[in-house]
Amino acid sequence: MSAPVWNNKVVKWVDDRLPIISMLHHSAYEYPTPKNLSYMWNFGSLAGFVLVTMILSGIFLVMNYTPHTSMAFESVERIMRDVNYGWLIRYIHMNGASMFFIAVFIHIFRGLYYGSYKAPREMLWWIGILILLAMMATAFMGYVLPWGQMSFWGATVITNLFSAFPVIGDPLVTWLWGGFSVDNPTLNRFFSLHYLMPFVILGLVVLHVWALHSVRSNNPTGVEIKTPQDSIPFHPYYTIKDLFGLGVFLIFFSAFVFFAPDFLGHPDNYIPANPLVTPPHIVPEWYFLPFYAILRSIDFTIFGIPAKLLGVLAMFASIVILFVIPWLDTSKVRSSKFRPVYKWFFWLFVIDTFVLGYCGAKAPDDYFMGIEGLKVIVMGQLSTLYYFVHFLVVMPLVGKLERPKPLPASISESVLKEGANA
Amino acid sequence: MRKFALTAMAAAFALTALAGTGAKAAGDAPVPPSQDWSWDGLFGTYDRAQLQRGFQVYKNVCAGCHSLRFIAFRNLQGIGFNEDQIKAIAADYEIEDGPNDDGDMFTRPGKPSDYFPSPFANEKAAAASNGGAIPPDLSLMNKARVAGPDYVFGLLTGYEEEAPEGFDLSEGKHYNHYFPGHQISMAPPLYDEAVEYTDGTPMTMEQHARDVVAFLNWTAQPELEARKSMGLKVILFLIVLTAMLYAVKRKIWRDVEH
Repeated sequence: MSAPVWNNKVVKWVDDRLPIISMLHHSAYEYPTPKNLSYMWNFGSLAGFVLVTMILSGIFLVMNYTPHTSMAFESVERIMRDVNYGWLIRYIHMNGASMFFIAVFIHIFRGLYYGSYKAPREMLWWIGILILLAMMATAFMGYVLPWGQMSFWGATVITNLFSAFPVIGDPLVTWLWGGFSVDNPTLNRFFSLHYLMPFVILGLVVLHVWALHSVRSNNPTGVEIKTPQDSIPFHPYYTIKDLFGLGVFLIFFSAFVFFAPDFLGHPDNYIPANPLVTPPHIVPEWYFLPFYAILRSIDFTIFGIPAKLLGVLAMFASIVILFVIPWLDTSKVRSSKFRPVYKWFFWLFVIDTFVLGYCGAKAPDDYFMGIEGLKVIVMGQLSTLYYFVHFLVVMPLVGKLERPKPLPASISESVLKEGANA
Repeated sequence: MRKFALTAMAAAFALTALAGTGAKAAGDAPVPPSQDWSWDGLFGTYDRAQLQRGFQVYKNVCAGCHSLRFIAFRNLQGIGFNEDQIKAIAADYEIEDGPNDDGDMFTRPGKPSDYFPSPFANEKAAAASNGGAIPPDLSLMNKARVAGPDYVFGLLTGYEEEAPEGFDLSEGKHYNHYFPGHQISMAPPLYDEAVEYTDGTPMTMEQHARDVVAFLNWTAQPELEARKSMGLKVILFLIVLTAMLYAVKRKIWRDVEH
């Protein structure tokens, strides 16, 4: 942990004045990392890689994009047809958004399974949730920029949500729009903020990594590093493991970019925005579907609070609730590996989010998976209920009632035991 | 550990499949049957002769009502025409230009850099000439509909002369199997020998439809061939690189109990 001694004179000169090289050495080279991390620990660095990819591809797209309602759609088509490799840059950016959410969702589920939100990692977890929120805002505004039908109507539906708030609702929406409907001022500010937000995310990522390096990585056992035998330096062990993971991830990413670039998008967004024609189904991008299902599933009033406001509150609550799970989870054990009961509830929760996603994609009056008599809206309501039950009831109760399996004394011990069993 | 990673991987794939269901959620019309297209699959490419026949169909049939505003004559190089042919094709069109030094607009023969002119001066004119319906631009049609090429092919070949018993067809509308709601303003555009092919290809209605769908797929995705061929190289490279990274990873981790 002591500061390294630099032999190179230039390096030493710089480092004596600004210890940036020592800092990098400390955090990317010797950073002591649990030696038992599984491949589930690859997704944080993958998300970081996608963030950089998004910023770079975005910067090149901006060079050719025109944020004006009468030219935005055309300028995107110009990028696709006339800019050298414009189609490649745009397809990377379009699919990169999905890849970012895939990496981050897996990263979050990893944290939930292994209890990475528990003390002393609450700040680390909070910053992560802020990153998720910033990503959602960025992705939403980015989807508006091509000014296709889904851009326009998605923006209209989502910004209209804010009108649900009493008294301030309508003025708030007018303020957001910069007018009385989604129009050129809206597009302009979304463009400006869409360029700004990634750098906010980058700043949050720096804080996230800072917090990580001060509390250290969690690991599959959930047992902290106790002796030097439990950890290995980040480089070369995890740099090479992350690089290998990146290779696999890039193959997955490339398969979409080159062979199914529009698979994750919506065909309606290749129709220019038309305020006079509403598409039959306004569907958000796939990564918003579970939240959209929660929003839509509240179609009733409670204590005179209108359904729309309740839906909006439920949707925001579904993310905000993540802030308090370090206290909702009453178990002393971090990793679900040693929690025989909670483990099952975890997977039930994962399934629940998929069911929500499915419900978000379908029309409310469709039948759930074609099951006669089970409307999508009802299934959406049940799974919304379970979403909150998981956090508010299951987490506190199971933590109290469950008898966890015995924990290994240390990371090294668990590694040796697993090796012996294999 | 490995099991968890695999489950998560499967979840990621399921997630993408789920997104697919979102895209397919819309509409009350039957799903058009899937056709074999030359550009399908990893190695799919366009058939230049087919694209040129399709262009002929567009030019002689569709262009009467439908614009193609993202395509310039120079782009036709992509379907195999040479410079002289493109100049000749462009010169067949009258393009409005100006203003000239007197401040007047004028028309001149088209140049390769011009875009295909729209058949109507504006949307109102288009609606007025078509019973209130605006014929959509076709440049992106194959990307702007669910199951794009199959849908357009289904639509072009899916007309019925008589609406089924009990179906209330409005005045001036036509019955189509695949159009949402089944009532479409466009009259059946294609028929046998609608266009005269010179390369011996049978001039059936279905063949015309197939060819024009191919042409419209090119207008929607002119980059398709470059994209797929680059994709093959990129993924092949990544597979080799990833395998080597895995070997290095194994070697570095060899002496660590983990």
